[in-house]
Amino acid sequence: MRGIGIYVHIPFCAAKCAYCDFLSFVADADTREHYVNSLLQEIEQWEDRGDFVPTVFFGGGTPSVLPPESIARILNKIREKFAVAPDAEISIECNPGTLDAEKLRIYRQAGINRLSMGLQSADNRELRLLGRIHTWEDFLQNFDLAREAGFDNLNVDLISALPGQTTQSWRATLQKVLKLCPEHLSAYSLMIEEGTPFFEKYGQEAAKKQKGEECRFLPSEEEELRMYHCTSKLLREHGYQRYEISNYALRGKECRHNCGYWERREYKGFGLGAASLMRERRFSNTRRMERYLRGEWDAAEPEVLGIKEQMEETMFLGLRMNRGVDLHAFRERYGIDALRVYGAVIARLQRQGLVYCRGDRLWLSEKGFDVGNYVFSEFLL
Amino acid sequence: MTDQSKIRNFCIIAHIDHGKSTLADRIIEMTGLLTSREMQAQVLDNMDLERERGITIKAQAVRTVYRAKDGEEYMFNLIDTPGHVDFNYEVSRSLAACDGAILVVDAAQGIEAQTLANVYLALDHNLDVMPVINKIDLPSADPQRVINEIEDVIGIEAQDAPLISAKTGLHVDQVLEQVIEKIPAPGGDASAPLQALIFDSLYDSYKGVIVFCRIMEGSVKKGTQIRMMATGAKAEVVEVGYFGAGQFIPCQELSAGMVGYLTASLKNVKDTRVGDTITDNERPCENPLPGYKKVNPMVYCGMYPADGAKYPDLRDALEKLQLNDASLQFEPETSVALGFGFRCGFLGLLHLEIIQERLEREYNLDLVTTAPGVVYKVHKTNGEVMELTNPANLPDPSEIEYMEEPMVSAEIMVTTEFIGPIMQLCEERRGVYLGMEYMEETRALLKYDLPLNEIIYDFFDALKSRSRGYASFDYEWKEYVRSELVKLDILVNHEEVDALSFIVHAQTAYERGRKMCEKLKQEIPRHLFEIPIQAAIGSKIIARETVKAMRKDVLAKCYGGDITRKKKLLEKQKEGKKRMRQVGNVEIPQKAFMSVLKLDEN
Repeated sequence: MRGIGIYVHIPFCAAKCAYCDFLSFVADADTREHYVNSLLQEIEQWEDRGDFVPTVFFGGGTPSVLPPESIARILNKIREKFAVAPDAEISIECNPGTLDAEKLRIYRQAGINRLSMGLQSADNRELRLLGRIHTWEDFLQNFDLAREAGFDNLNVDLISALPGQTTQSWRATLQKVLKLCPEHLSAYSLMIEEGTPFFEKYGQEAAKKQKGEECRFLPSEEEELRMYHCTSKLLREHGYQRYEISNYALRGKECRHNCGYWERREYKGFGLGAASLMRERRFSNTRRMERYLRGEWDAAEPEVLGIKEQMEETMFLGLRMNRGVDLHAFRERYGIDALRVYGAVIARLQRQGLVYCRGDRLWLSEKGFDVGNYVFSEFLL
Repeated sequence: MTDQSKIRNFCIIAHIDHGKSTLADRIIEMTGLLTSREMQAQVLDNMDLERERGITIKAQAVRTVYRAKDGEEYMFNLIDTPGHVDFNYEVSRSLAACDGAILVVDAAQGIEAQTLANVYLALDHNLDVMPVINKIDLPSADPQRVINEIEDVIGIEAQDAPLISAKTGLHVDQVLEQVIEKIPAPGGDASAPLQALIFDSLYDSYKGVIVFCRIMEGSVKKGTQIRMMATGAKAEVVEVGYFGAGQFIPCQELSAGMVGYLTASLKNVKDTRVGDTITDNERPCENPLPGYKKVNPMVYCGMYPADGAKYPDLRDALEKLQLNDASLQFEPETSVALGFGFRCGFLGLLHLEIIQERLEREYNLDLVTTAPGVVYKVHKTNGEVMELTNPANLPDPSEIEYMEEPMVSAEIMVTTEFIGPIMQLCEERRGVYLGMEYMEETRALLKYDLPLNEIIYDFFDALKSRSRGYASFDYEWKEYVRSELVKLDILVNHEEVDALSFIVHAQTAYERGRKMCEKLKQEIPRHLFEIPIQAAIGSKIIARETVKAMRKDVLAKCYGGDITRKKKLLEKQKEGKKRMRQVGNVEIPQKAFMSVLKLDEN
């Protein structure tokens, strides 16, 4: 049974971080309540297909800034409309400093079984630089609370390549976190995104870095690469498998919901700006709050994915994962051998040492992971 | 038959922006297009005009009728001359079709380099030059100073020059009266054998070639068997006529002293070269008119379609443009880096730019153009002399005795405060200082001999920037001189990129090579490996830059919602690649081939 993943977007934060370009902002309690009501209505009016739902993911923003009862109400509404699996993976993103024992209790009661904690760094100086509202100590306390509440599937989000960061200080963050033995780790590289305070500050440097030049604040590309290699090596030594470019997990603890994105399983997003993939159509909700609150949830026309687009996505999303693309499944799905479509590209990438192709599987080499964008773009037809 | 004494054939000469076109418009406006006698004919011919609608002519010439203060009607033929040095030969032929010239000088700016060049050209053709001071309505106008300048510098009488504003029409009537007074009526015997000067021609898909001519002797009408004395082309005249405003107006006959057009079922402008003499094949004149020469391209470059599949389209477009432009030359060429294209020859850089723009705009072609070069003369050890238009064809140095490059004489008009920087620029460009004349206290005319290959790059831009826009510049062809020239090759990842090679003076090779490498470093995107960019003369490397290897490039985060957006990023990356040319393992953006044309000063 394939089933669909459900994503719920909560666009609120206690404070906006200096590097963040996600759809999120600070809002008053009224707006938040109004939003939850509109969200409940959106789920309610969704044409019920009684779909089987193996994963639910509350993302943001910071879903944990909502009263936990709101989360429970939303989850109940989802259970009303869909056939949520008894063993479904139900995740929620939360920020250190926003959790307490009562909140965690209600989460568990509602059926949430996975917490994703946005730590970003174990260095308080770096946390201040990022504009985070919490300290390492806040995180430690929240992490312990989560364990005490019975959560046995915890993720910690980290960001490398911060201004002023070195491989050494990055390693220190990793080591501190590893001591806590989370089941899952996401380690992203900082991107300097337009429209953020970081872009004002580091935008010019980022452009220099793009050309391979040395920078004053941002770690060089070479240094960033060392951090990336340090991450995968250190985590491997501690029993974590990299299963996607930026994601590491103990055996069996991979995030099933996120894997769905890379395997192109169907998912339905609810909430402001939430994206969906249903019946080979990609579509998104409106990103404008006032419209969303008026109940005008959906936005532009869906993008209909033809066979060409589907094949492209299968390749560049599948290759993000360590296990790569199943070429047998490709053939079954599209009725044509992937080598007929991509033979020349694959041969070239193999020669360049960027991919491996054995039997029915195609996957990235270590070097391929480093320059993934180059490899992915080659699979666009 | 028109009375010759009532005809005036003249042109307007001026420095750019001194008001030539405005005055021409005003003259056309203030005169009529028809004599009262011709009014009748015009009405009768309406049907024909309808039929011919859709033909637009280059604003090359127009005939107007002026009723003068003495009550007589005069026929004015105003011939427009192209205003750029690239088309100097065309200008000289247009002048040869005139009997006089109106010299327009800006009342504030005074004489500029082009003013002088044009006046000398007009005087060379024995034209009577009649000065007019324009823009006297400007607050900064100083007509008396300009009048004195004209008298001092050019040496022509200017005290009674009309002080006009072509913009407002002020005193333009005085100009018209002076045209009658000061510009002589044409001579020539209408019963003599036909002798007519071609000063332009254009191709029209309906009529074939339309030849613009000035009848010097004799007459021509429908049915005359004509012969072009230089090209030898023969044809029977189908139609003769004169130029209305934007129209061709047929008439019975063109006779000595008149300016007009003829069509003769000629299919190619190559048969009707500017400067050639038309005569009656059955009753030819004894000698052709003096001054004809076949103009040869001075500047060459390679033009390639950005999309290789468009090669036939580019060939068709060039052929069509050539129908109208006999000075455009092209022949197929192949480049390892750029594929199939053409080596094209132009009169100058402006001509090159015009053609390039027309190909892109009118024919919708995306072009890659290689660095323009001049024609070098290579004297080989075996005594052969070859004309080198493509650096790739330079023989092995062991086969070369010596080389020659074209020199031009340049005149630069500049305000005194910028003399220093401009002289420095000319020195940098290997100029040979000939002298300097003070026009007045604050302005001077610098004379230099300059190698043409030093001014076809960015000389004009450099001149403007170093004089804050105040310098004006003109040049004319001089001669070939012996020169220390070398071929500079560019190696990208140790492979020579043929389309980037060029010929340069040994002295400036190092500097050029260094700049090229720097520029290319900016243009070539990073690859997965390090790319050395080297400039070399023969096997000697004279400059080097390195494009660093791309070590890390991956979208760290790729959540569900992002997929459409992230795919767009990948598509952009891929799209960029399509606009690249593969040289060995390296992909070079097309614009890199052109950006090297502008090796900016800074």
